[in-house]
Amino acid sequence: MSAPSALLREPAGAGRDLNAQALRADARRESLRLLALLSPSLFLVFAIIIVPIGWLFWLSLFDEAGAFSTSNYARFFEQASYIKTFVTTFKVAFIVTGACVLLGYPLAYMLSQLPRRAASICLIFVILPFWTSVLVRTYAWLVILQRKGLINSWLIDLGVISQPLSLANNLSGVVIGMTHILLPFLVLPLYASMKTIDTDCLRAGMNLGAGPVATFRQIFFPLSLPGLASGVVIVFVLCLGFFVTPALMGGGKVIMWAMRMEQTTSLYSNWGAGAALGVVLLVVTLALLGLFQWLLGARATGVWSSR
Amino acid sequence: MSIAPSALPISMRRIEKRFGSVSVLRDLNLDVEAGEFLTLLGPSGSGKTTLLMILAGFVRADGGSIRVGDDEIITTPPHRRNIGMVFQNYALFPHMNVFHNIAFPLKQRGVAATETAERVEKALELVKLKGLGERRVDQLSGGQRQRVALARAIVFEPRIVLMDEPLSALDKGLREHMQIELRALHRRLGMTTVYVTHDQREAITMSDRIAVMNAGRIEQLDKPETLYAAPKTQFVAGFIGESNFIPVECRNGSVWYEDRRIQTAGAAPAPGQHLMVVRPEKLRLVTAAEPSSGINVLDATVGDIIYQGDSFVCYAVLRDGRQLTLRDYCRSDVLARLPAPGQPIRLGLDAQDTILVAAER
Repeated sequence: MSAPSALLREPAGAGRDLNAQALRADARRESLRLLALLSPSLFLVFAIIIVPIGWLFWLSLFDEAGAFSTSNYARFFEQASYIKTFVTTFKVAFIVTGACVLLGYPLAYMLSQLPRRAASICLIFVILPFWTSVLVRTYAWLVILQRKGLINSWLIDLGVISQPLSLANNLSGVVIGMTHILLPFLVLPLYASMKTIDTDCLRAGMNLGAGPVATFRQIFFPLSLPGLASGVVIVFVLCLGFFVTPALMGGGKVIMWAMRMEQTTSLYSNWGAGAALGVVLLVVTLALLGLFQWLLGARATGVWSSR
Repeated sequence: MSIAPSALPISMRRIEKRFGSVSVLRDLNLDVEAGEFLTLLGPSGSGKTTLLMILAGFVRADGGSIRVGDDEIITTPPHRRNIGMVFQNYALFPHMNVFHNIAFPLKQRGVAATETAERVEKALELVKLKGLGERRVDQLSGGQRQRVALARAIVFEPRIVLMDEPLSALDKGLREHMQIELRALHRRLGMTTVYVTHDQREAITMSDRIAVMNAGRIEQLDKPETLYAAPKTQFVAGFIGESNFIPVECRNGSVWYEDRRIQTAGAAPAPGQHLMVVRPEKLRLVTAAEPSSGINVLDATVGDIIYQGDSFVCYAVLRDGRQLTLRDYCRSDVLARLPAPGQPIRLGLDAQDTILVAAER
């Protein structure tokens, strides 16, 4: 694109900033062109994120009669069942995330230490469940864990227990099923970040006098924290909105936030109340993410660089 | 801070290492004197890095013995070897600042906080990074990282310091500067140092002695000047400095190139085929009038002359088609006598500069 020649001055011009005006105009045109190129994606973001969320928020402000009210939100504080659902949701999310960390960290560590070939074979086994439907996997767990399921019949046959353990249709069933489904979401980012840890850093640690345990604790573990953090965030956020597994494995005893939403909208057709549930979940999730970011930021710039 | 009193000699005996069916080190013996700066020099795949890794304890040898002073360390785990190491990519801990990186070895040894602070401060001063303790590693330049790695490797006063091509990531100017600085630091602290490089110039600049490695063996272990002036094998002559090789034959106690007798300074070698090592800068132009006693004269034709600023390179072709390289400074008297391309040229090599090595098959 040619600049308006009227603006261009000869090099011999008296001013200090030669062609400053023309260059500024050129910069402005470039920004406009970039904005034009961005507009399709901006439109998409607006149409499929901003509009629905705005609509959700709008819906949540009307009661069943269609009158403008805050009753949908007031309900959370008035009805104990809402508070209970809220607490259950977070309890399950914490337990499942914790279980994923306890199982996933050693798994990712082992994968990261294996030779390349062996690691890629093992990774297939981590990813394989991804290709099976969550519904199918949840039913499979039900078969394994229920009163007359595989585990209970084995344990009774072996004489370890006389009464069947209640593994399904309660909190433990929900936790087992969700941990299984969410584990890869923790393992994959963690594994990726562990693979980027420089082996020479670990060698340097040993060379400088740190034994295997000290090297792990002082070098490997801190360097794996960013990967662990992203895995934890993904798993925790997915837990908060999880539906299928708690609905099937909870036996109606474990009511989570998403199940509540489903009930409210499809059973009672109360769209306002359902929308309010969605808004609260969204706000709480964003607040948690913000808190996490802040904690990580403080750790990265504060604790480790000070004496 | 002086490390000299604790400097110890290293004695390696019959070191063997195989990776699968590939033999990387074969019956290797090497002695490093206390306080010496010894360089392992060789092309990639010569086993020099493997040997360093075995010394540090990161790679387990298949056989052999390593003694540091009176201690056998071949089975000692790396964290108990008390050997400092500077890694090729520095291997600084990215989650710690400069101070914590350097304090790390002291922390592992349970050194008290006040003493740690003192010793880190001294180490920083030694590597000319005073006042940078609070910097994050990613805020440092390549040269500064190199210095932190060095400070970290010497702050705990190790018996031995190992360096694995520590300057290869720096640009040329900085690399040459650091070579001199490392050398000076070694003179000052006197720690036994084993340095690995594939850069022969770097090795010659810094080392007390150089072990030239090839295919898992030490070809020659000598002072830099001896290696250059008296290489024992074709490999060493080819790897250190530039060389042209001319096949010669030894019969009846004298050396012959075609029909010309070659004068050498030393005793005549064993009868049979040898190679004469001709260094480009040892060759000079000789006039027809000049007496040829003590000088080996080779007749050739000028091929190409390349001007390189301070010096020039003249490619001359011998009668048998072999190419010889002559390098000299661009002095007007030399340039005036230099024949044009295509013209005959007489090249002289002093008998005392005439080196013979066994021909490799």
